[in-house]
Amino acid sequence: MIRRILAVTRLELGILRRNRWLMMATAMMTLFALALTLAGSAPTGSLGVDLLTVSVASMTTLAVYLVPFIALMMAFDAVAGEVERGTLGLVLTYPLTRGELLAGKFLAQLAALAFATLVGFGAAGAVAAALGGAGAESVLALARLVATAVLLGAAFLALGYAASALAGSAAGAAGFAVGLWLVMVVLYDLGLLGAVVYDGGGAFTRHVFPWVLALNPADAFRLWNVAGSEQVALAGGMTGAADALPGWAAPLSLLLWPLAGLALARAALGRLEP
Amino acid sequence: MSDPTDPVLTVADLSKSYAGREVLRDLSLAVAGGERVALLGHNGAGKSTLLKLILGLTRPGAGRIRVAGAAPGDAAARAATAYLPEQVAFHGALTGREQLEFFARLAGEPLRVVGPLLERVGLSAAADRRIGTWSKGMRQRLGLAQALLGRRRVALLDEPTSGLDPVSRHDLYAVVDEMAAQGTAVLTSSHALTELEARTDRIAILREGRLVANDTLSGLTARAALPIRIRLTAGPDGADALQAALGGSRINGHALDLTCPASEKMARLARITALGGAVADVEMTPPSLEDIYRHFATTEGAP
Repeated sequence: MIRRILAVTRLELGILRRNRWLMMATAMMTLFALALTLAGSAPTGSLGVDLLTVSVASMTTLAVYLVPFIALMMAFDAVAGEVERGTLGLVLTYPLTRGELLAGKFLAQLAALAFATLVGFGAAGAVAAALGGAGAESVLALARLVATAVLLGAAFLALGYAASALAGSAAGAAGFAVGLWLVMVVLYDLGLLGAVVYDGGGAFTRHVFPWVLALNPADAFRLWNVAGSEQVALAGGMTGAADALPGWAAPLSLLLWPLAGLALARAALGRLEP
Repeated sequence: MSDPTDPVLTVADLSKSYAGREVLRDLSLAVAGGERVALLGHNGAGKSTLLKLILGLTRPGAGRIRVAGAAPGDAAARAATAYLPEQVAFHGALTGREQLEFFARLAGEPLRVVGPLLERVGLSAAADRRIGTWSKGMRQRLGLAQALLGRRRVALLDEPTSGLDPVSRHDLYAVVDEMAAQGTAVLTSSHALTELEARTDRIAILREGRLVANDTLSGLTARAALPIRIRLTAGPDGADALQAALGGSRINGHALDLTCPASEKMARLARITALGGAVADVEMTPPSLEDIYRHFATTEGAP
């Protein structure tokens, strides 16, 4: 089983390297993270925290948008592309199960995403530390950011596979992926914001809203990073919701999403007759 | 080793419907090790569905399939089966060698077989170039190369000659013969009866999901009992005189077409030669492969 999963992983890594996805993802992460870090060097004094903390706070906001986007762009072709090329029917006639195929692709693309995140956020973190200093707590915050960003990426890779298996064509899967990103990363928050404003600080805002927020992997990612470091929360300005939730809520949500996404993708792939 | 005449692939009373439409009905077919069987039928006759059922990619509505003693889709059945899809594109970013090494890993074959195999299908020179730069025929050859990995007991080739130039087609015949010589049961599907199918041991014809013929080419030819066509070129007396003596239909002033059952061929020839100088030339055409196929695959030959 492991041998066949690794065969798939190896092939997919080759494709990611060859079609420059790995390079592009890493370059995108690094450029955005560096730009945010350098732009954020101004307010350091007024908040009384070191530059790395400010940088981590900005990168958290960046990762909420960028990591799901990169993950979905990598994942949308995974099943639909194979169906279109006619290779899915062929590989499944080998002693390779659908679960193994999915696991192999997931490992490869997650590794690429982890590499891009580590290099991008690591480089920006190093620049921030060199320019404006860093403490033990801000280094820990950076490590947490990288680890949770990989989890966030894992969740959206898995959701991307599910979309890819459900869509039937690569073009349809790309549309599905963009829609998923828009709904889960942008519209979900806007909708909640509207509800909070309408509620005007009532029961919904105090008791329901934090849980609904934690239910979304992108928000769970934000909450986890905010709750993990008071200073990041201060710099990020998102303390209310984090304080209202037990500490396990956001991490549990972010840990469960990749598993739920993979289960969904496996079920969708199982229904497919190539 | 099992008896080579034992069927390696058996299909019994197979039925399959898609959304209420019956695609295959009560289909039974067996292929022995070393036997080459051609599966013919129009588009939509159920060939691809049958192959997918044998590969375990879809489940039958009724009936039973055994592949090398295992149920379709089982690990043992998959390991024993080679498959060449009709249209396979592969990922353009990979080289041919990388792609074939991947299949070798999945099949549990050592990577050292990859080089000779690429050479075998004539892809050595292109092996380290991206598949994206290859021609359709080269991709088809790569598909063939992966079907040759390991010694499999059953080979399913879906329209293997489509998109191949005559030289590649010739190589394909050689590959099919070699597989059969090694004891592999080879089932090739096609929408026409061409050279490749004529070289097989047996021909199975599907029409609207049912097996309407399953015989050798000579058996099919006898059963179809299609007439032989004879074209006569008239001598100086012209075609009218010939038509008066032999019947048939005039093509123009000096040619006449006749048909006759295969059994009366010699008698008819004797009558023609008896006319002496009235006939300048005789051309006889036995029923073509295409004629025989059409007889069974269309309602023309309906029992």
